[in-house]
Amino acid sequence: MSEFRNIFTRVQARGPAYEGVIDGAAAWPRQGGMGFSHLLGRFGDAQIGPIYLGWTGLAALIFGITAFEIIGLNMWASVNWDPVQFVRQLPWLALEPPSPKWGISIPPMAEGGWWLLAGFCLTASILLWWVRVYVRARALGMGTHVAWAFAAAIWLYLVLGFIRPLMMGSWSEAVPFGIFPHLDWTAAFSIRYGNLFYNPFHCLSIAFLYGSTLLFAMHGATILAVGRYGGERELEQIVDRGTAAERAALFWRWTMGFNATMESIHRWAWWFAVLCPLTGGIGILLTGTVVDNWFQWAVDHGVAPAYPLPDKPVVNPAAGG
Amino acid sequence: MTPSSKRAAAALMLLVGAGLLAGCKDQVESKQSGYRGTGMVQVSTAKQTAALAAANQVPEAQPPASQEGKRAKEVYQNLKVLGDLSEEEFNRTMLAINEWVAPEAGCDYCHNTEKMEDDSKYQKVVARRMIQMTQHINEKWKAHVGEVGVTCYTCHRGNGIPAYSWVQNPGPAEAQGMAATGTGKNKASWTAGITALYDDPFTSLLTDPGKIRLQTTSALAPGMSKTIQDTEMTYALMFHLSQSLGVNCDFCHNSRSFSNWSESNPQRVTAWHGLRMVSDINKDYISLLAAVFPDNRKGPLGDPAKANCQTCHQGASKPLLGASMLQDYRPALATETAPK
Repeated sequence: MSEFRNIFTRVQARGPAYEGVIDGAAAWPRQGGMGFSHLLGRFGDAQIGPIYLGWTGLAALIFGITAFEIIGLNMWASVNWDPVQFVRQLPWLALEPPSPKWGISIPPMAEGGWWLLAGFCLTASILLWWVRVYVRARALGMGTHVAWAFAAAIWLYLVLGFIRPLMMGSWSEAVPFGIFPHLDWTAAFSIRYGNLFYNPFHCLSIAFLYGSTLLFAMHGATILAVGRYGGERELEQIVDRGTAAERAALFWRWTMGFNATMESIHRWAWWFAVLCPLTGGIGILLTGTVVDNWFQWAVDHGVAPAYPLPDKPVVNPAAGG
Repeated sequence: MTPSSKRAAAALMLLVGAGLLAGCKDQVESKQSGYRGTGMVQVSTAKQTAALAAANQVPEAQPPASQEGKRAKEVYQNLKVLGDLSEEEFNRTMLAINEWVAPEAGCDYCHNTEKMEDDSKYQKVVARRMIQMTQHINEKWKAHVGEVGVTCYTCHRGNGIPAYSWVQNPGPAEAQGMAATGTGKNKASWTAGITALYDDPFTSLLTDPGKIRLQTTSALAPGMSKTIQDTEMTYALMFHLSQSLGVNCDFCHNSRSFSNWSESNPQRVTAWHGLRMVSDINKDYISLLAAVFPDNRKGPLGDPAKANCQTCHQGASKPLLGASMLQDYRPALATETAPK
């Protein structure tokens, strides 16, 4: 058991390939053979397959590949089909949403129509994949926690690319598909709306984001640290604590006076992860629709601190100009 | 690995890491430019400061000349500018301009040396207009150039054509038809700090600097009808300012609220006037020369090379690090002598 002290997986238990529990509800048979990969076994389970594609999985892949192709081909077209420039400039290339003059009408293909089509395909793909996650969980008799966590991420995606642009009455408010361009968009979005750092929902989202990483690190470290006492058998220890759970709990009470339990730590992690995009999506949705300048909002509500002004104040050389 | 070899490997990794850090000899100097805690700090290294000083050496002024005697316009023909100077001062100014603009080519860079008053070389017509422009800047744009002023050297630095300028930029070729994009962005843009922002913010924003402003001053929507794309255009221009002056955003702005004047540094007011100055000289001086310049001196869309911040600043927050060359050429280059 001393191998559990290591931060890398050292143990690969290898039995005959296993089909998994009998799945009476499967609409399709499981596809593909089963095999083993030693390399993947260093990161997860060494057994690969069988997989279940199903019609939602198949349709999601078709829509997803279509979106990927539309985006990639538009990027390639933007460098006049030059393969060298396509590779060199790939991080800068993008499929841009329609310009503001199109509002939420359907523009010609060359003026944002491709963006709309790619967005539709990508959204269809993601929603179908969500259905797949939900249905597969049900088929295995599991809870649907993964599907709802995924739905939280989809909420933020839809707010950014669909719901908020609709409310603003312009597709041009949405995010371009591109590596650097979507980052430029993010910076420009914050600047346009008076600094997103003063958006309280942005604050909450960041708190949950950083909180998630902190909880993940604390939980992963705790379980690895009590692995030598069988601490990885967390679910048994919810009802029958044993020495691993006792030591882990005592460690945190000693160091910070309070501890989660083998059960509640997973609720902590799930809620932090889910609340990150939920609160973030609310913050984005309020931006431009309700609040136009978050810094000014923070000043009006006593959130932004005031600094002493210089003796000779700087004034607008063209008030209103 | 045995425990002892593991320890040896760990020690080696620490040593390598320490060695990498020890390589960073360049001490970064920081200069606070705003209230503490706002992060308004300009950073530089001794190496950068030395390079900037070396690149901004000011040539010695021509020896002083007598202001007495005949006026230049009584001596020379076809003088439309500088005619009220003394003959000696006029010749001194010509010598200086020669040194600043065409040190290798000499007088015949602009003049038909057989017949000095001849306007047949386009360079002479351009130079005359540029002298008027310099006088105009020094007299009417003190809000930007102060009493330091500008001379030909501020932009030219010994080159016939200033090293930094801009022309309307249609960008590299793109596919046509259904696959056309034509957004003017989403390529690696050196103008915009290697972002994917607009590569030509000048045509739009230096023509009408009033369009730069984006943020609403009241909290709630609806505010200004500015789009994300407008913001990206302004952002690209601000990258150009930052690079041209060798400064960060917070040289002028408190980045927590870019638009807020009372949070800004006074340099922002200077920059505000500078943007309008550039707009003015591009419109009233440089663009009017479109018919004078030959095609190879114009951009792909037929407009002459125009000024932006980089044209004068060339990486320094004050061109030539604040040295006033104009003081030795007053009033020749300091006051408007002829109507536009």
